[in-house]
Amino acid sequence: MTTTVEEILERKSHAVVRDAQTAPTHDIREALFELEAKGEIIVQRMPENHVEVTTKYGRTKKIPIDHTWHHKSCGQCGHIPGYTSSIFWLHRQFGLDYLDPTDQTSCTGWNYYASATSNAAAQAAVMVRNFAAAYETGYFPMIHCGTSYGHYKEIREQLVHHKELRDEVRRILDKLGKPLVLPEEIVHYSEWVHVMRKKFAERQTVDMSKITATVHPACHYYKIVAEDAIYDPDIYGGQRTATVTATLEALGINVADYSTWFDCCGFGFRHVLVQRDFTRSFSVLRKIETMKNEVNPDLTVTHDTGCVTTLDKSQFAAKAHDRKVGIPVLSDAQVAALAMGAHPFRVVQFHWHSTDWRPFLEKLGIDWQKYWEEFQGDLELIRSGQKSGITWEDADKPVVSTQVHT
Amino acid sequence: MPTTQENWNPGKAANRHPEVSYEEKERLFFEVKNDPRYEDFLYGCYECGICVSTCPSARFYDYSPRVIAQAMAREDVERIYDIIAEDIWNCAQCFSCLRCPRGNNPGGLVTLLREVAVKNGLQETKDVLQGYSRVIYKVMLKGNQVSPDMLQPDFFPDWGPWVGQFSANMPVWRKAIPVDTLRGVTDAAWKTNRKTLLELYTIWFETGNMDIIKEIDEGLYDLLADVMQEELEEG
Repeated sequence: MTTTVEEILERKSHAVVRDAQTAPTHDIREALFELEAKGEIIVQRMPENHVEVTTKYGRTKKIPIDHTWHHKSCGQCGHIPGYTSSIFWLHRQFGLDYLDPTDQTSCTGWNYYASATSNAAAQAAVMVRNFAAAYETGYFPMIHCGTSYGHYKEIREQLVHHKELRDEVRRILDKLGKPLVLPEEIVHYSEWVHVMRKKFAERQTVDMSKITATVHPACHYYKIVAEDAIYDPDIYGGQRTATVTATLEALGINVADYSTWFDCCGFGFRHVLVQRDFTRSFSVLRKIETMKNEVNPDLTVTHDTGCVTTLDKSQFAAKAHDRKVGIPVLSDAQVAALAMGAHPFRVVQFHWHSTDWRPFLEKLGIDWQKYWEEFQGDLELIRSGQKSGITWEDADKPVVSTQVHT
Repeated sequence: MPTTQENWNPGKAANRHPEVSYEEKERLFFEVKNDPRYEDFLYGCYECGICVSTCPSARFYDYSPRVIAQAMAREDVERIYDIIAEDIWNCAQCFSCLRCPRGNNPGGLVTLLREVAVKNGLQETKDVLQGYSRVIYKVMLKGNQVSPDMLQPDFFPDWGPWVGQFSANMPVWRKAIPVDTLRGVTDAAWKTNRKTLLELYTIWFETGNMDIIKEIDEGLYDLLADVMQEELEEG
């Protein structure tokens, strides 16, 4: 039987609603519980306070609201700290219980994807050491980095399918005095942002309705173990991941589409550090300039460490080649925090971003110079030794307000 | 090198490395093929080219995930060696190629090829990773890939004057972050417990990761092993 073009177009004109019963992949969570029943692993259960969402093939995924152990991102904490502080600030606004641990290493996946100077057992052991550390506290892991999230999901598959790997990892964990624990779900922070988006909008103090933004979805969020990403028939007809886009729409932002939405940002892991000609070229020519030519957005928003860094930092050099650049780059968490009145510098930490963000804040009606002067006052107190640093006591209170959209 | 009529070679004739014996090339191939993950990453190839159309590296380099999947499926030992020596480091590891309708994972195959290249200390691999040692040092010792003190103008000149401004203000800007685990930390992304780092070092030694480093960069190995062993002995 042949399918006509008309039939394909007709099918594509409807939102996609998938049936979990016909999912083309196995449900990894069932395999986890089977391994637990055999006494091979412990499965850390989801906290009681959670929300259910639908993923790519129609399955249900649980997203915890609180009692979460925050697996921080080295790229975010090291080079974009306003990303991390915005995630925590949002939790604090709702009084949600969370843990910011020091018993955490990075997943080391960035280095693995960059240099391969590791192996499957080491990568799996690093992951389960972190998960065991979370389990010991009783808090449920929430992964900040898109690469950690994707890498961990891939390692989870490997651990489930390869007994010899489980045995090797268990041997190492025994030496550390830790159990082999895997969480019931591997959760990315942007999924928490997604399920919280309407609550953010209820407490919004900055009108974002004048803003047009593009979304860059992070490859390691929705391409690695693709079936675990959130999809929603109301967003892109259920044909692309809803994460980030649904959040921006809830905040009243006009999300504009562009032709290279599926392309990666050009990060490249090793490339962004030591072979940036590729990173700069791809990022500018395939992403930023395409966005600029097609929709000229005020902002582009993403949900991963590498994407923010690449898209933001690659724009400066492109100016020398007269390329069309100049789109500020933020994470969804930073946009949500700003929408709820977070201080642009104490919390969102705009000063760590390279591409000029001032026109974006001005379009929002935010007097950024006033907040910059306040922040400069903070820095003076720190320099003179009168203050050891900025604390949550300085940063918790929402301070920015403009007219809110209806 | 720009493509000209003289050097244009779309077929990329195989056996471009006659200095390496067939037996050695075959040994490396079987090292890749015997990895337990290999069968999860390769099921065959339709030659549809979807992986190439979505691959960022294919747009900027003479690189093709389809060729890699094909060469592996055909067990073309000569071509696979060319790929190990010349192509694998072009991959951006974005895993866009997972859109493969056959269920292949060309990015995963590249990971296996890279692991074998590193483990066997191939000279081409040593050359590629030469400028990367300080990053490996940081991630293995501090448990973080990047740190604020890596942001130096001489290392990131193309990121603009912001890097210089940041570098000059780094200590005070780092104190002006409300997150407790970040505040004031400049040599790592966040504060990590000593016990946590000792557990990480144990993982590197127990999994053979340190042997991998020794193969690729003996100087780096000596530096890392000295610090880690001393810390582990102190307990």
